[in-house]
Amino acid sequence: MTLTVFDLTVSRGGIAVLQGLSFELAPGRALILRGPNGIGKTTLLRTVAGLQPALSGTVTAPEESIAYAAHSDGLKAMLSVEENLHFWARVFGQPKIDIAVQAFELKDLLGRPAGTLSAGQKRRLGLARLLVTGRPIWILDEPTVSLDAQSVARFADAVRRHLAGGGSVLIATHIDLGLDGDVLDVGSFKASGTRSDPNGFDESFL
Amino acid sequence: MASIWEYANPVKFSKTASAVLPWVTVLAAVTLATGLVWGFFFTPDDFRQGSTVKIIYIHVPAAMMAINIWAMMLVTSLIWLIRRHHVSVLAAKGAASVGVVMTLIALITGAVWGQPMWGTWWVWDPRLTSFLILFLFYLGYLALWEAIDDPDTAADLTSVLCIVGSVFAILSRYAVNFWNQGLHQGASVMRAGAVTGTDTEEKVSNVFFYPLLLCMIGFVLLFVALVFLRTRTEIHKRRTSALLARERLS
Amino acid sequence: MIALLTRDLKLATRAGGGFGLGLAFFLIVVILVPFSVGPESGLLSDIAPGVLWLGALLACLLSLDRILALDWEDGTLDLVATSPLPLEGVVTIKALAHWLTTGLPMVIAAPLFGLLLNLPQPGYFWLVLSLAIGTPALSVVGTFGAALTVGLKRGGLLLSLLVLPLYVPTLIFGAELARRGADGQATTTPLLMLAGITFGVIALLPFASALVLRVNLR
Repeated sequence: MTLTVFDLTVSRGGIAVLQGLSFELAPGRALILRGPNGIGKTTLLRTVAGLQPALSGTVTAPEESIAYAAHSDGLKAMLSVEENLHFWARVFGQPKIDIAVQAFELKDLLGRPAGTLSAGQKRRLGLARLLVTGRPIWILDEPTVSLDAQSVARFADAVRRHLAGGGSVLIATHIDLGLDGDVLDVGSFKASGTRSDPNGFDESFL
Repeated sequence: MASIWEYANPVKFSKTASAVLPWVTVLAAVTLATGLVWGFFFTPDDFRQGSTVKIIYIHVPAAMMAINIWAMMLVTSLIWLIRRHHVSVLAAKGAASVGVVMTLIALITGAVWGQPMWGTWWVWDPRLTSFLILFLFYLGYLALWEAIDDPDTAADLTSVLCIVGSVFAILSRYAVNFWNQGLHQGASVMRAGAVTGTDTEEKVSNVFFYPLLLCMIGFVLLFVALVFLRTRTEIHKRRTSALLARERLS
Repeated sequence: MIALLTRDLKLATRAGGGFGLGLAFFLIVVILVPFSVGPESGLLSDIAPGVLWLGALLACLLSLDRILALDWEDGTLDLVATSPLPLEGVVTIKALAHWLTTGLPMVIAAPLFGLLLNLPQPGYFWLVLSLAIGTPALSVVGTFGAALTVGLKRGGLLLSLLVLPLYVPTLIFGAELARRGADGQATTTPLLMLAGITFGVIALLPFASALVLRVNLR
């Protein structure tokens, strides 16, 4: 269950933003991405998650091992917390939602429509969704936005449990979660914008 | 002879286009001028339709181009989806803006011609209806290009639309033919009107045919010139935005 | 897949879900037509099949941008794309959910609306049959249009423009089938063509829809 990224170049709008990225994420490890806003962390995470193609390089991960979570949680305001979680559990073929409910203390909220939750509660529900996917590699894009200190601690606990259970986490965040993991500053991989292949068809607009 | 795919390089294409463009333009102008002058002034009036028949020198080539340009877009869209050559899809975009004008010309000249012939500007004849539908396809295709900011996304989506649209355009053509049988038996009225392809031999004598042929060739050359021009412009636009993006990055 | 379908149906039937919107619009069209063309029953029964088909098509068009736009906005599509569900299946389920909430109610309500427009007696069977066969094609083609325009702000108008010519064959054969049925003419050709189009788009178009959705997600 190792995620391997080799010589990856990711692009936004057809223009390379980060290039030459290589790293390996072994089970039980966390990799924390740092870098200023707009550097391309989200683009990198989406590329690794398989949502967009890489300009060059490879991402290798076992089939169906990645769970992705970004700013929006895919929650339906008209459905209850329980229905929302059950839906994602069924999509990922998992029978139970108990662990997720426990980990994020959602028990009292189960019957409430997701639309009536506070921003922090919604976020907790969105992250609880990760637990019901049953997938080992988590890719998290700024997961702690709009969480209070207590919820952040609870979230960090959940991540630690996930790591202890043999999972791994690739996370872009600005705050220190107290995770035991490597830090990767993506700023040093900023694409230079030089012409890489003058005879190539695709980049020869430059 | 080098591979044709070399011209898929934007720089190479631009250079070639710039070199060829003046010649094609002059050739198009000469052919069109000769064909139109010959057609308008040196052919006899039709015994039945009088001088109104002379609108065929614009109507027929425009109609022909309207269909063929879509076919060309289909091919270049497929090339983009399969081989990812930007020039190919930009050529499709350039051709579409010519194609929509050609379709409009065909529709308007058809209406202008129809007025004295059938006493009405518009009938829901299968051919006219098909062109109206084709016009909608062109509009949708171009509107989709305009609506999307990211050029590669726009290229992919418009290409898929072009392919799906082609299937539905053919389907519509049959549907419209079928739909109209019951309403309006007068296909013979149109026969003299929409002289394309096989109808030409039966209905238009040689006196009209040669200048018409010249006009058709002129329209093709005009189209080639316009597509070269527009594709080159699109390449320059892409180059500008690529340079700007690089500027912003560094 | 079934989870997605049941969730979509649940969402559609809860408050603000848009269930019945299409049906209401269909009813409005049918009620307004006699006011605009006159109450003469002969004329109404002549145009009834066409009006009913047009009403169904417009009602369908009205609800198309809900198929994917809501799931796009709240991030569901991103998450579904990284889930085990194939996108081809997702768009098919989306189209099916749209048909069950928009097309099917109209098929069921059509005979009632036919009464309002003085549809001739033999026409009811053919009207219901043509709508039952034709409206799935409208949903599937509409899902393709929705997938094309999903990332766009104010994509609604563009969606209508793109889908309009794609709806022409279905409308022609569907309305023709209903009209011929009402007039007691031969119905085989339009019936076969309509069924052919519907099965064709159900079999092929989800691949195109999934392809453009994937492009829009990146």
